[in-house]
Amino acid sequence: MKKKNSKSTKKETPALRVDSSSVVLARPESLYDVENHYCAGCGHGIIHRLICEAIDDFGIRERVIAVAPVGCAVIAYDYWNFDVTEAAHGRTPAVATGIKRVRPDNIVFTYQGDGDLAAIGTSEIIHAANRGENITVIFVNNGVYGMTGGQMAPTTLAGQRTATTLNGRSLKREGYPIKILEMLAVLPGTKYAERVSVHSAQEVVRAKRAIKKAFRLQIEGKGFSIVEVLSMCPTYWGMTPIQSADRIKNEVSTFYPLGVIKSC
Amino acid sequence: MAKIKINKDKCKGCYLCIVNCPNGLIKVSGELNIRGVKPAVFSGGKCTGCGMCALVCPDCGIVIYK
Repeated sequence: MKKKNSKSTKKETPALRVDSSSVVLARPESLYDVENHYCAGCGHGIIHRLICEAIDDFGIRERVIAVAPVGCAVIAYDYWNFDVTEAAHGRTPAVATGIKRVRPDNIVFTYQGDGDLAAIGTSEIIHAANRGENITVIFVNNGVYGMTGGQMAPTTLAGQRTATTLNGRSLKREGYPIKILEMLAVLPGTKYAERVSVHSAQEVVRAKRAIKKAFRLQIEGKGFSIVEVLSMCPTYWGMTPIQSADRIKNEVSTFYPLGVIKSC
Repeated sequence: MAKIKINKDKCKGCYLCIVNCPNGLIKVSGELNIRGVKPAVFSGGKCTGCGMCALVCPDCGIVIYK
């Protein structure tokens, strides 16, 4: 009997809250009930959901404007049930700046990958942070260019094999991986910078807390907030999703330490 | 007792839910789904409804009932 009850209430319940319908955890309202195009074990799906849960928790779905990047998440507007616009490669903080200044009552966030934010859009992100724009940046760091075929990104770890570094990234030839958050933390305009990961359930809970805090600071008008999320790319790391999660735990998070880098 | 429901046609076979279930109640199905992968299935047993599997599912394919 209990089974039938829960089945009949499933469709109407957006959830992530305990209520009488008996559904405890399910798809948030801000996320369309469609299949995404991401590979198996990709972190983008989890991060999309965390953002939607945070937005639903604040009840700001009608006020949110997201700026999608160029990269694997380029068609994020097909998955998010709120306003999303697209920007040229790396120019998301510039577009978000314009939107926020024209419509200060809206909640504006950018969603960027590491090729978008750390390579082609480096100057945009630095100047947006330096101006202290009241926007939120979700920075998904998986260490490769996923959409174009797994080439080396500025955040690729030393020794990591990619499509353009077949023998592993050499520090002599390609230089060092770039730590964007530490770089932005020295700017007085940056009010909140935290690095989280999605490789396990515990880390997903922490990631959601960080994303919520970043949105809360924007709602309170505190200024520029950025959350870096270490994410898996099993396809271009050449691993299974479970091995990729272990790689974040054992390798990636030792170079990119998790935790709050700066908090106002 | 809590239970989970896995949408088998959404499952892409990453099996992150299997390694994150503290009680080991999720296993790989013997049958293929619409995508041609063997989806994760709930094997029954004493589910506490902790939601770890749903938290790590990248495809939002798991619903937790209590």
